[in-house]
Amino acid sequence: MDMILEYICVFITGGIICLIGQFLIDKTKLTAARILVIFVVMGVILTAIGVYEPIVKFGKAGATVPISGFGYLLANGVKEAVDEMGFLGIFVGGVKACSAGIAAAITFGFLASLCSKPTIK
Amino acid sequence: MKVGSQTIKFKNTPKILETSSIVGKKEKEGPLGNYFDITNEDIFFGKDTFEKAESEMMSECINNLLSKANVDVSSIDNIFAGDLLNQCIASGYTIRDLQIPFLGLYGACSTFVESTLLSSIFVDGGYANKVIAATSSHFCSAERQFRLPLEHGNQKTPTAQVTVTGSGSCLIVQKDFSTTNDAYITYATPGKIVDYGIKDMTNMGGAMAPAAFNTIYTHLEDTGRKPDYYDAIITGDLGVLGSEILVEQFKNEGMDISNIHKDCGVLIFDDNSQDTHCGGSGCGCMASVFSGYFFKQLKEKKLNKILIVATGALMSPLAIQQGESIPCIAHAVAIENEV
Amino acid sequence: MSSNIKMTNEEYSDYVDSKAKKSPIFKNFVLAFIVGGIICVIGQVICNISMYFGLDEKSAATVTSIVLIFLGAFLTAINVYWRIGKFAGAGSAVPITGFSNSIVAPAIEFKLDGYILGLGANMFKVAGPVLVYGVATSVGVGFIYWIIKMFFM
Repeated sequence: MDMILEYICVFITGGIICLIGQFLIDKTKLTAARILVIFVVMGVILTAIGVYEPIVKFGKAGATVPISGFGYLLANGVKEAVDEMGFLGIFVGGVKACSAGIAAAITFGFLASLCSKPTIK
Repeated sequence: MKVGSQTIKFKNTPKILETSSIVGKKEKEGPLGNYFDITNEDIFFGKDTFEKAESEMMSECINNLLSKANVDVSSIDNIFAGDLLNQCIASGYTIRDLQIPFLGLYGACSTFVESTLLSSIFVDGGYANKVIAATSSHFCSAERQFRLPLEHGNQKTPTAQVTVTGSGSCLIVQKDFSTTNDAYITYATPGKIVDYGIKDMTNMGGAMAPAAFNTIYTHLEDTGRKPDYYDAIITGDLGVLGSEILVEQFKNEGMDISNIHKDCGVLIFDDNSQDTHCGGSGCGCMASVFSGYFFKQLKEKKLNKILIVATGALMSPLAIQQGESIPCIAHAVAIENEV
Repeated sequence: MSSNIKMTNEEYSDYVDSKAKKSPIFKNFVLAFIVGGIICVIGQVICNISMYFGLDEKSAATVTSIVLIFLGAFLTAINVYWRIGKFAGAGSAVPITGFSNSIVAPAIEFKLDGYILGLGANMFKVAGPVLVYGVATSVGVGFIYWIIKMFFM
């Protein structure tokens, strides 16, 4: 029962975050790239001021899988690194926290491009 | 001879001897699919990049034109050609192999009529006997030029149009060349740039409609003709929305063109089954539809007097990023079976 | 000029907007919500499985990201992700699979222009801004955090 409740929370949180994105696409003249930038920046800022953490506690993957979760990783990473290393942590923390994601995207992107050819819609 | 404010009347009325058209798979599946001369299922046209594919497509189109008209490539005096790619490479690389004196043009989607217009002037003035006008566009190379990568998952807005994969070319000759006696070019109206401040690259029809209106209106004023003089006024790629605006604006001026107005972008695809939103666009749209469909209608005398008006949006993604609006242009050429 | 449409730019812009067909907002919203939700649930399933096999929470989250990025890349490579994107809009663009798609799509396409200046230079053509502003904001946040820690804690 707990598990089903957990998945429902994940579904609703993730759904709402994507819904906000769709709202911005349809209701404003913002392009998709701008919207993703807004999401990631908001993710960092909301985490920094302590708003995003409760959302992650409630929605789990529903809050970490959307691109705003990338901002959550960046902000937490930089915070931890500053705690550990002081000033240097400002530069080390963010990218370190999401290094796995970036490296994975580059690797799989490269591999995918090796075995795939663009095709028409 | 110039008539009115910006229209050219051809003294010697050159004629279109022959046309040739080639399209890709999606255009073949569209409502006009059976009218095109050549179709190719392979979006790469046997090449390894989309830019090379576009050149190959245009090359096949021109070679087909030469064989249909039964003329030798060395007898062609000039070729006017253009496409949508940076530095017009599709045309440049095609014509490299043909060894015909070449004048490259960029008028965005208006290029087909622009090249026909200039070819006619060359022939009419006696500076050339046989001139080819050709243009092409390719969906994939245009997406690269203007939009996002093909595999990127995004939604197109309802006003978006689909670039036609196709090429069309026509051979323009002196009036008395051979025995055919139809498709004479009588008037041409080069357009002015019209910009109503639209900045949305996904709404070309809305941006270009005022340019079409301006050119058609000027043409009618200059020639003293009424819209119903023509059996059809054919625009290039205004799409569903742009066509609606054009017809409504003429209605506001007291002219009903709803029955004679046709738009190649609307005709080439079927939105219901092909999900093409507002229709087709691109230099290849009017080129292939005129060459494949309307020229045959002229030959069969189903249409006798037509005005072809190609509209073009003269922006680049860079200019739009810098906050510019979309400057638009339309050129018109009148083609008549009797003179 | 007499041959122009008699409207100002603003009037014309409003006129075009009034004529243009609107996006099917309700349908878009529902699809974005459902598809976005499903992708996040898949993420949670991967995370729970990883933890079941003994990974701690942080490692499980990393595994989740990597697997989802792989799925996004795979679906892009087999020419499926753009279909999902067309259908779901933000529902498939906002999750990390969409981030993966926005890296893999240009990679596949620009490969045709060569590996270094084509693929290499253009891989982040779409996703680049996300990294630039994400990392820049995190450095800003880190700096403010460092100052607060120095002087107020």
